[in-house]
Amino acid sequence: MTDFTRRSLLQGGTALAAAGMLTGEALVEYAKAWAQAAPWKVEKGAKLTVMRWKRFVPAEDEAFMAMVEAFKKANNIEVNVFSESFEDIQPKASVSANTGQGPDLAWGLHSLPQLFPDKVIEMNDVADFLGKKYGGWTAAAQATCMSGNKWLGIPVATIGGYMNYRKSSMEKAGFKEFPKDFPTFLELMKALKKNNTPGGFALGHASGDANAWVHWILWGHGGYLVDKDDKVIINSPETVKAMEYCKQLSDTFISGTGSWNDGSNNKAFLSGELHCTNNGISIYVAAKGDPTKKEIADDMDHALWPVGPVGKPTELQLAVPILAFKYTKAPNAAKAFIAFMLDKPNFDPWLIGAKGYLTHCLNAYDANPVWTMDPKNKVYAEASKRSLPASGIGKPGERAAAAIADFLVVDMFANYCLGRDDIKGAIATCERQAKRLYRA
Amino acid sequence: MTDFALGRTSAKAPPRESTAWDRLMVNRNWLGFWFMVPAAGFLIFFLAYPLGLGVWMSFTDTRIGRAGVFIGLENYQWLADDSIFWLSVFNTILYTTVASIIKFAVGLYLAILLNEHLPFKAIIRAAVLIPFIVPTVLSALAFWWIFDSQFSIISWSLKQMGLIDHNIDFLGNANNARATVIFANIWRGIPFVAITLLAGLQTVSPSLYEAATIDGANRWQMFRSITLPLLTPIIAVVMTFSVLFTFTDFQLIWAMTRGGPVNATHLMATLSYQRAIISGFLGEGAAISTAMIPFLLAAIMVSWFGLQRRKWQQGEAND
Repeated sequence: MTDFTRRSLLQGGTALAAAGMLTGEALVEYAKAWAQAAPWKVEKGAKLTVMRWKRFVPAEDEAFMAMVEAFKKANNIEVNVFSESFEDIQPKASVSANTGQGPDLAWGLHSLPQLFPDKVIEMNDVADFLGKKYGGWTAAAQATCMSGNKWLGIPVATIGGYMNYRKSSMEKAGFKEFPKDFPTFLELMKALKKNNTPGGFALGHASGDANAWVHWILWGHGGYLVDKDDKVIINSPETVKAMEYCKQLSDTFISGTGSWNDGSNNKAFLSGELHCTNNGISIYVAAKGDPTKKEIADDMDHALWPVGPVGKPTELQLAVPILAFKYTKAPNAAKAFIAFMLDKPNFDPWLIGAKGYLTHCLNAYDANPVWTMDPKNKVYAEASKRSLPASGIGKPGERAAAAIADFLVVDMFANYCLGRDDIKGAIATCERQAKRLYRA
Repeated sequence: MTDFALGRTSAKAPPRESTAWDRLMVNRNWLGFWFMVPAAGFLIFFLAYPLGLGVWMSFTDTRIGRAGVFIGLENYQWLADDSIFWLSVFNTILYTTVASIIKFAVGLYLAILLNEHLPFKAIIRAAVLIPFIVPTVLSALAFWWIFDSQFSIISWSLKQMGLIDHNIDFLGNANNARATVIFANIWRGIPFVAITLLAGLQTVSPSLYEAATIDGANRWQMFRSITLPLLTPIIAVVMTFSVLFTFTDFQLIWAMTRGGPVNATHLMATLSYQRAIISGFLGEGAAISTAMIPFLLAAIMVSWFGLQRRKWQQGEAND
């Protein structure tokens, strides 16, 4: 581990070779062969427009665009890609769905296809084709994209979030390995605070980070916003227990987490002030890429979310499904494009390019070298398997998406943890809003 | 052909009764109407229509990408009972009142100072405008860094000086966060008030001050009886605009706190955006926006009519 960058570079190189990464002409040749064999015959002169979320890792975008280029050349069609920020994808897709104009394909967040189930092309053939070829889909991915026995979209990947911690601080606090249950985790956080190497989790309006960790605690105690019939059940003893636990946790946080957004913990961790938080792999990628942060990159590691009293993982991970609108003039091209994206010679280098940001939803990609080329990437391979849909046990769909977007659960926890309301009041506020959201 | 045409024109047409159309053609009001149509069209299309649409939407359950149905006052009933909405109303009023009063006081002070004969007067006057020139979002981001929970320059400096031993939680504590965003708004709003009042000050004739000096008035008396009364119309206009801008502020809050911590700095404008665009409930968001209108109208009424009254201006009994 002495020459870290060179070592990982070498590993990366061999990994790419092992994945049989194709470039240039070879990629186009493969794409042509694939198009010949694929069950979807691309319409002549088709034009596809793809809306996607703005990339975080340049290498991921490059791999994606290389694949788009190959698809274009092999099928002799036009494919345009434009990107939108996380927040803008859903409103834009909703407007497109209801006006019948806009991109043919939308690659969005959470359970996007569930928002307008009758406006999207059914993808059962694509899902079966890929599922058979690549070892089947993960359960959370199915729940995110399926309605009844219909696939409304294809779960391309999951943007995983896990515990990020400093090994030295954890060991100094008296822990050999990262805690696996809630009480031990609280002990760790208390000890970190005592050693003046505190952890911290966002209590502000951080769409990704804050929603992830408060739902983990709520679900870990068996509390849910709604039950399987979308009846609001947030006012429960389980929620009270979760809030009490969360309050104890938040007393150990570094100061200022009430104002944190999604980027705050990245900055604080990289500056060495924060010693434990939840995040995507971005902190590590940034630390690895910056020679001045070598010490942090070497000392940090990732861990799975500890499992709560309910005894099974209760993680909220960010699914990124793709869908095709019914109004598209080239439904076969759309389906072919999606299947092509997830085909091994494309998807393998793409996962490697994403450096662990993206986790596959097809089981066969467990073997992708990105998960083994750096042992610290490993936990992110689990994101698609250990996640619940964003709706918890409720129905995935527009209402669940709105509850997340409106920070109902985040504010409930923050209200109590920041001392702005008591448990009862905080739960009552959340319950009232949830009932309005879920009204018939 | 030519002859025929000439013959036609040279023949005098018999005079005929002037019709209503003829009279209309020379009517100046009619002509004026047509000159006003483009402007009226712009106003209707870009101001009245969106406003009307917003008010209409507040009576529906419209969501993004989906037309709603009329639900009467349901949105307002819900808001009337919504503690977060009332918190945002309280925040907005607090924000507007405190920021406007301080902006006015400091702005007036600066204007009077700049009206004196100072060295490098032009440069100083230009410098005062800087906060106004910087794009709001940019200055908000700068403030966000200045008041960051971990990397605040203020916390850092105070720590270096040994005055405090931990970071000040500027944006994570409700009252600190309120004070911080109000401070940022004041910083940004003062140039507008100061420069406009300065323009007003320069219209006051020096001969009035000379006459007052001969009468033996001191500086305070001159300010109270000459400067302030003559400045009142400008103050009315400036403060109306200042209150309107502050009341409807959005960018500063959104860039600095997004309404947090736990809605402590949500203004009606930011809450409206959060509910309408981020969560997708256009109808409810429109209702929050519409609820701002009475407050804004009241603010306009007070400054517009109230400050125009001579009693207010001069403390006399005659209106």
